[in-house]
Amino acid sequence: MGPLPDRPPPPEAPSAPAASPAAPDAAVGSAANEALPGDAPQRVLIWRRFRRNKLAVTGALVLCAFALVSVFSEFVAPSTPDAYNAARTYAPPQRIHFVDTSDGFDLGMYVYDYRVERDPETLANTYTVDESTKIPVGLFVRGEPYEMWGLFTADRHLIGSSHPEQDVYLLGADRNGRDMASRIAHGTRVSMSIGLAGVALSFVLGLVLGGLSGYLGGRVDNTIQRAIEFLMSIPTIPLWMGLSAAVPRDWNSVQTYLAITVILSLIGWTDLARVVRGRFLSLRQEDFVTAARLDGCGTGRIIGRHMLPSFTSHIIASLTLAVPFMILAETSLSFLGLGLQPPVVSWGVLLQEAQNIHSIANAPWLLLPGVAVTVAVLVLNFVGDGVRDAADPYR
Amino acid sequence: MTAETRDDVVLDIQGLRTYFTTDDTVVRAVDGVDLAVRRGSTLCVVGESGCGKSAMARSVLRLVEPPGRVVDGRILLHPAEGAGEPVDLAALHPTGRRIRSVRGREVAMVFQEPMSSLSLVHTVGNQIGESLRTHHRVSRKEAREHAVELLERVRVPGAARVVDSYPFQLSGGMCQRVMIAMALACGPRVLVADEPTTALDVTTQAQILDLFADLRRDTGMGTLFITHDMGVVAEIADEVAVMYLGTVVEQGPVDEVFHDPRHPYTRALLEAVPRMGASRAHRLPTIRGTIPDPGDQPAGCVFRTRCPEAVEGLCDTTVPPVTVPGPGRRVRCLLDEGPAAADAPGGGTAVPTGKETVDAD
Amino acid sequence: MRRYVIRRMLYMVPTLFAISLVAFLIIQLPPGNFLSAYIAELSAQGQGVDNAQVRALEERYGLNDPFLVQYWNWISGIVLSGDFGQSFQYHRDVADLMWDRIGLTLVLAVSTLLLSWAIAFPIGVYSAVRQYSVGDYVVTVVGFVGLATPNFMLALIFAWISYRYFGESVGGIVSREYADAAWNIGKVMDVVSNLWIPVLIIGTAGTAALIRVLRANLLDELRKPYVTTARAKGLPEWRVILKYPVRMSLSPFISTIGWILPTLVGGEVMVSIVLSLETTGPLLVEALRNQDMYLAGSFILVLGTLTVIGTLLSDLLLAWWDPRIRYQHVERV
Repeated sequence: MGPLPDRPPPPEAPSAPAASPAAPDAAVGSAANEALPGDAPQRVLIWRRFRRNKLAVTGALVLCAFALVSVFSEFVAPSTPDAYNAARTYAPPQRIHFVDTSDGFDLGMYVYDYRVERDPETLANTYTVDESTKIPVGLFVRGEPYEMWGLFTADRHLIGSSHPEQDVYLLGADRNGRDMASRIAHGTRVSMSIGLAGVALSFVLGLVLGGLSGYLGGRVDNTIQRAIEFLMSIPTIPLWMGLSAAVPRDWNSVQTYLAITVILSLIGWTDLARVVRGRFLSLRQEDFVTAARLDGCGTGRIIGRHMLPSFTSHIIASLTLAVPFMILAETSLSFLGLGLQPPVVSWGVLLQEAQNIHSIANAPWLLLPGVAVTVAVLVLNFVGDGVRDAADPYR
Repeated sequence: MTAETRDDVVLDIQGLRTYFTTDDTVVRAVDGVDLAVRRGSTLCVVGESGCGKSAMARSVLRLVEPPGRVVDGRILLHPAEGAGEPVDLAALHPTGRRIRSVRGREVAMVFQEPMSSLSLVHTVGNQIGESLRTHHRVSRKEAREHAVELLERVRVPGAARVVDSYPFQLSGGMCQRVMIAMALACGPRVLVADEPTTALDVTTQAQILDLFADLRRDTGMGTLFITHDMGVVAEIADEVAVMYLGTVVEQGPVDEVFHDPRHPYTRALLEAVPRMGASRAHRLPTIRGTIPDPGDQPAGCVFRTRCPEAVEGLCDTTVPPVTVPGPGRRVRCLLDEGPAAADAPGGGTAVPTGKETVDAD
Repeated sequence: MRRYVIRRMLYMVPTLFAISLVAFLIIQLPPGNFLSAYIAELSAQGQGVDNAQVRALEERYGLNDPFLVQYWNWISGIVLSGDFGQSFQYHRDVADLMWDRIGLTLVLAVSTLLLSWAIAFPIGVYSAVRQYSVGDYVVTVVGFVGLATPNFMLALIFAWISYRYFGESVGGIVSREYADAAWNIGKVMDVVSNLWIPVLIIGTAGTAALIRVLRANLLDELRKPYVTTARAKGLPEWRVILKYPVRMSLSPFISTIGWILPTLVGGEVMVSIVLSLETTGPLLVEALRNQDMYLAGSFILVLGTLTVIGTLLSDLLLAWWDPRIRYQHVERV
């Protein structure tokens, strides 16, 4: 470790603020200089290595798309998640055509209408494509009015039918004739945010408890470790199911949402705490930490300035890898009817509709939320792995 | 050791080049090295960390891991008693059957960190006996007995007990003895030791060096000994080769090199060794600057960026040729005047053995 | 070693106690109880409820006793006489309902474990040794997809495919014609033939995770100096790899025994519902939904106990496998 840029002698307080603007960078930089050749700060090096990982970069782009959909779900959705049309139950997805060659050559999106036949006994609709009727599809069209972020009313949709009387079902419709595309878009918001919120909560728990455990050691460490071991020895899913079943049915959707988040993170923090503890334990032995201690740095300063910078990237990676875990957990619980309840729309809630073999057989597009889950989890894993590999100077 | 002939040579390295190719750079870790290891004699290769000495040692048994590769040169292993043709190890496939029959049987290796170079989950006896069982048809029991003998030979106390223990139960020095016993298992003709004493404390280091000296005398093995410690060189070497940035800048019999260093780098290394009896006010000289980035070597003489005697217009343009200032000696320096150079320059030319008290100044 | 085993087993006692407490706490958490839910249902259907009858029932099941008294009655019944209580919903002994299903769950868990190992071991080793080869990329991508797909999705897709292309709906481990038959060769064969698909589906995520763990560990180990030492002895490459780094990186395989059961039960719940298998999962979910407290609590308790036993087994195996753990504990004791 080179000459420390910040070495405040205990009585001389004023010198510390003077050094502090540059200090965080210096701390990151010095950690990098020890492990890596070159002069670039660690952030830059991590970014450079991350960029080289094609899979991770692609994942990050897809993840951005998911994030945009979650933030602007009302606008992205062609309709609203609750608008239904009894004449369109189980309507199959409509393919978008871009070029109209029926008379001449016209550019412009459209879909073909359905021809509907109703079985008089079962009342089930059967759909065939009606190539004689076209429904024009446009961008930024007026459609179902919605409350954007609960703040103001709007009726513009990114994509949708330009015909005021006719709906389009790009990803099909469910048993009540609700548009799957809109429902999936709204489900994205709920499922992604519950993953993030759950991870954020377990992050706080894990960082605090793991940090205490690793830094203080001794009896505190022992107690926390026993608690973690105990929590881990309980089979997670029955525990989750038990706790979720305990959420009262008459709670409103926001309360249930919060309760499920808390339940997920109550168990999810243990892994993170272990990671943080392990890092603390190994870093505590490092020479640069000893050097900082000998220089008279306080505990808070040692943790904040010297230890944290050298493993933030690991924490980010662990967090990224914990999000998909949370998403899968939420989806599974909701799928079982123990998690979020309708009318809340999440991927898991949507998949409840696909539990029945007959509905899947008749309307396989009901499985599409599951595809969304898979893709989201996949890209989160790619990004998490990419960050971890990029952050690890020894790979 | 002046009267040796080529017949004594067991391992002859000629123009060895080992390069590490990464995305954007080629690191020339070993860049044209010529060395010869003689029977019953120890050749020490000395240099700073990063000079390529370790890569050179690993190249001999083709143990360089990708992205490293032996790209050029010959590594001739001469057969025992002049029978048959020498084998060029550099031309063998690195995972093939031929090189495997050489590893451990004819050329054995001892590594730097005994603790991490031994498997922690296998017993000492298992790991020693394994060499034997790989190259000879030996039963498990015989291998174990032989392992006990070998442990006794490297002076491990309580060998019969140690043979069944695990490396993590032993001290670093003991582990290094185990490593040496492992290397000796098949009676190799060449022993390559890659900084075998670096990770050990000073007293243990001295014991291990004694062991090496005895083994050389008893077995007649040729030893290629890698180190960065001039004191170790003085203690154990018959011949010394000084490496800098992948090339050997000076080599020769150890006494001659120490008494009459021809290359500025050798002189600098010798001056940097602390001596007993030196005045307190005398600050230990250091070599200025640091080793250049191995992926970006200076043109001309590789040492010129740190050389106190570098001549502009000469050293930065011309790659120094090898000069032969005396029998068995080779130097790569443009400023070396060949055999004519009478006196060694400067006063600090004593041999730093670490044992003798040298009266410098 | 023996002292380690004894210590490790004594250590289980407080854990099991805590698990039983948590299990009971969980089933007590929801407001109300089975009876109140039942009464609400009856009144919704317009049937009057006799207050005296309700009180009699409450008395019988001790529903108004304090928590600890109820817990004591429950746990003492289990420990002293193996009595897990009554299921409110089925009006049968919980033990009767449970053991059959737990047996099948165990069969499923063990087969899945073995299959995961059998698949993950060679693929993981290959993928690490031939890092960045085409095969490694394929394995990595397939593994990621396997990890990312919820296994009930796989079950749904499988159900859809078999319905769509084979025209049959899947379901059940025991085929209809053997449902009431005694166990014989035919029934065993039938179970095996029905078992492999759920085993494959449930095992996907675990296998993918194992491959990734093994690959990552092995990649770390392959760069360790002791591997070079083994090479320098002249061992053939496959023997170098199998004897040293693979052996070192196999610990996660052994640890799986500990966590595979809870994971399997979790995955199995969803898969079993989709494929209608007669395992613990569906019954547990149903019991939780209906607040059938003794049934749900006993399931959680038994599954928790099995997990603890699994962890014990994997710890003991690890100690046997890795001398460092063995001797560390001997020294400490």
